[in-house]
Amino acid sequence: MEAYLDNSATTKVSDGVRDIVVKTMTKDYGNPSSLHMKGIEAEKYLKEAREIIAKSLKVQDKEIIFTSGGTESNNMALIGIARAYKRSGKHIITTAIEHASVSAAMKYLEEEGFEVTYLNVDKSGRIDTEELKNTIREDTIIVSVMYVNNEIGAVEPIEEIGSIIKEKNPNTIFHVDAIQAFGKYKILPRKLKIDALSVSGHKIHGPKGVGFLYVADKVKIKPIIFGGGQQRGMRSGTDNVPGIAGLGQAVKEAYTDMETKVSVMTELKDYLTDCFLELEDVRVNSRKGTDGAPHIISVSFIGVRSEVMLHALEEKGVYVSSGSACSSNKPSVSATLKSIGLDKEALDSTLRFSLSDTTTREETDYALDMVKELLPKLRVLRRK
Amino acid sequence: MEFKSFLIKYAEIGVKGKNKYLFEDALVKQINIALKKVDGEFKVYREVGRIYVDTLSEYDYDEVMDALTKVFGVVGICPLVQIEDNGWDDLKMQVISYMEQVYGHKKITFKVNARRARKNYPKNSVEINMDMGEAVLDAFPEYSVDVHNPEVLLNIEIRTHINIYSMTIPGPGGMPIGTAGKAMLLLSGGIDSPVAGYMISKRGVQLEATYFHAPPYTSERAKQKVIDLAKQVSKYSGPIKVNVVNFTDVQVYIYEQCPHEELTIIMKRAMFKIAEHFAKESGCLGLVTGESIGQVSSQTMQSLAVINDVCTIPVYRPVVAFDKQDIIDIAIKIGTYDISIQPFEDCCTTFVAKHPVTKPTLLGIEKSERKLEKIDELIKNAIENTEVIIAE
Repeated sequence: MEAYLDNSATTKVSDGVRDIVVKTMTKDYGNPSSLHMKGIEAEKYLKEAREIIAKSLKVQDKEIIFTSGGTESNNMALIGIARAYKRSGKHIITTAIEHASVSAAMKYLEEEGFEVTYLNVDKSGRIDTEELKNTIREDTIIVSVMYVNNEIGAVEPIEEIGSIIKEKNPNTIFHVDAIQAFGKYKILPRKLKIDALSVSGHKIHGPKGVGFLYVADKVKIKPIIFGGGQQRGMRSGTDNVPGIAGLGQAVKEAYTDMETKVSVMTELKDYLTDCFLELEDVRVNSRKGTDGAPHIISVSFIGVRSEVMLHALEEKGVYVSSGSACSSNKPSVSATLKSIGLDKEALDSTLRFSLSDTTTREETDYALDMVKELLPKLRVLRRK
Repeated sequence: MEFKSFLIKYAEIGVKGKNKYLFEDALVKQINIALKKVDGEFKVYREVGRIYVDTLSEYDYDEVMDALTKVFGVVGICPLVQIEDNGWDDLKMQVISYMEQVYGHKKITFKVNARRARKNYPKNSVEINMDMGEAVLDAFPEYSVDVHNPEVLLNIEIRTHINIYSMTIPGPGGMPIGTAGKAMLLLSGGIDSPVAGYMISKRGVQLEATYFHAPPYTSERAKQKVIDLAKQVSKYSGPIKVNVVNFTDVQVYIYEQCPHEELTIIMKRAMFKIAEHFAKESGCLGLVTGESIGQVSSQTMQSLAVINDVCTIPVYRPVVAFDKQDIIDIAIKIGTYDISIQPFEDCCTTFVAKHPVTKPTLLGIEKSERKLEKIDELIKNAIENTEVIIAE
């Protein structure tokens, strides 16, 4: 039996996505920039994907820029917007628990002369909106907050943050990293006062290597990739037609019965959380119900190093993640887990179980059985 | 300048008396093996106490050098211009054109070193030295002659053909692989053991390796890292058969039964036993480790003595007296360092005591080991559960 519970790292591509990717690779393989029929056919896929995505966010088609994925979307948003607004100010606000594609871009901007304020989070991983209010200044050009934290599933109060920003400084741009949230929440940027929103394809059963950035029409942004002027000069490079077509299909599927799928995932998450909490010396760092994301469970198995547990589970066909998978080949202490105040014991022993709408109760039960079987065995070997 | 031929210099193997041809044959064989991976056609041959590599097709100079500088036994590689004997004036022209292309009009000091192997050549070597020196000076007024310590030693060899060369690219030295028998390397993912393997194989020793894998305490990536290290060492040593031993059960059993401060010592004794088993099975004449005196608690002289006691074949420790930095320098040179420092360490820290013994006694360790009734059976299982991977 196999249980893939690492859906926040990546998801399996759906059949519908696979079909459209194959079709655009083998049949309609033209370059949208070409003038002939093959090119025009390929362009149709882009147009359609753009329409699907724009409709899902209730925004305009031209406000969608396709990228190579979440990292590029976040980089483009932060660096591109910071450069466009550097004359209005040099202050940027973000949180201490952002993904590396935000925090590393912030480091770069600091080198470029921008001043970055990092907001702390409470035990549940949420920022203090009062603190945010007091941090926004006249020269604050960007506030960037992730919608759902990738490690502990904390959900930030995006709507409240949007209102606070626009109240304090209407000129400040609000960027949201929605890579873990898209497909789990109906995100309406206009209503939430979001100016820029990053999304990745492969977290929602789409292909890897594709994503998009929503940028509100009124927001100024400079490109960070230069070349043939594709996507109105905002993102040069031959359009990734198979990826974009696959992304469009994935978004369409994600928005079909989203509420039902999310409530099933939430139920499964709560059930798994309760089962973990029954075990001795096990702590759950994520939140039940709608207080947390529907698909992420963060668990500390005190006394067992996370890597050891991960590989022991792997041997049983259960795939999970320690910390966040995108950075897991450098075993450094997770900034997120540290920020929510985990002690050393818990830091070393935390695993992430992440679900998708295709995860079954059978899989989670199997994973649970394996945890119960392995835990006492591995705890025998606590370092003395 | 394009060279059609390379002269291979070797030192140590030149002095082996009647066995000389065995060593030369081994060197020719290893050069051929090294050149097999290079695009192009090459001919490697011996001629009166010399080894030459002729290029028979287009080739990439850097690629050839990369291959030749990794062959143990090679002391130096001289890119060679080989010309027909068309009289003195032609030779002068060729030499001047050679100097022009290799050194141009830089300020250098040089000396002509002629060798007349073909005795019917009209000038003797002293005459060639003088006359050619003059011709070169005439052509390049910015050069000067230094007979004691020249920057460029311009060799002119009169044989059936005439060889012109002046550059020597240093090789690794040592002895050709296959001239010294086989040894079993205890390979971990660290910095020291690949260096130890490299050094021992530099003495002509063929390598085999044993790696102890302890899933889930060590990850699949840690294993891949060890294979990558073996691959890198194999660029010098030739293919390495790696025995990947599943060591988990042995390790856990020792952990459960023995005092924790003695864990590492007892564990290493078990590892040596297993490695020795494979060594004997495949005809290895000794074990090789990356141990260095005093580097960690299990590498004090006391610990080494106690660990060594389980072995019945010699244990070679090429880096035993090296400082860590010296080992690192070699690791960087041979390209294993960047692989070794990848962070997928064995999660073996679980098995390391907080205060391990540094001065164990054989009696004490053997007493603790007496509690390990099932150890022989577990070791047997581990040996049976070994995966063999060829790193090349």
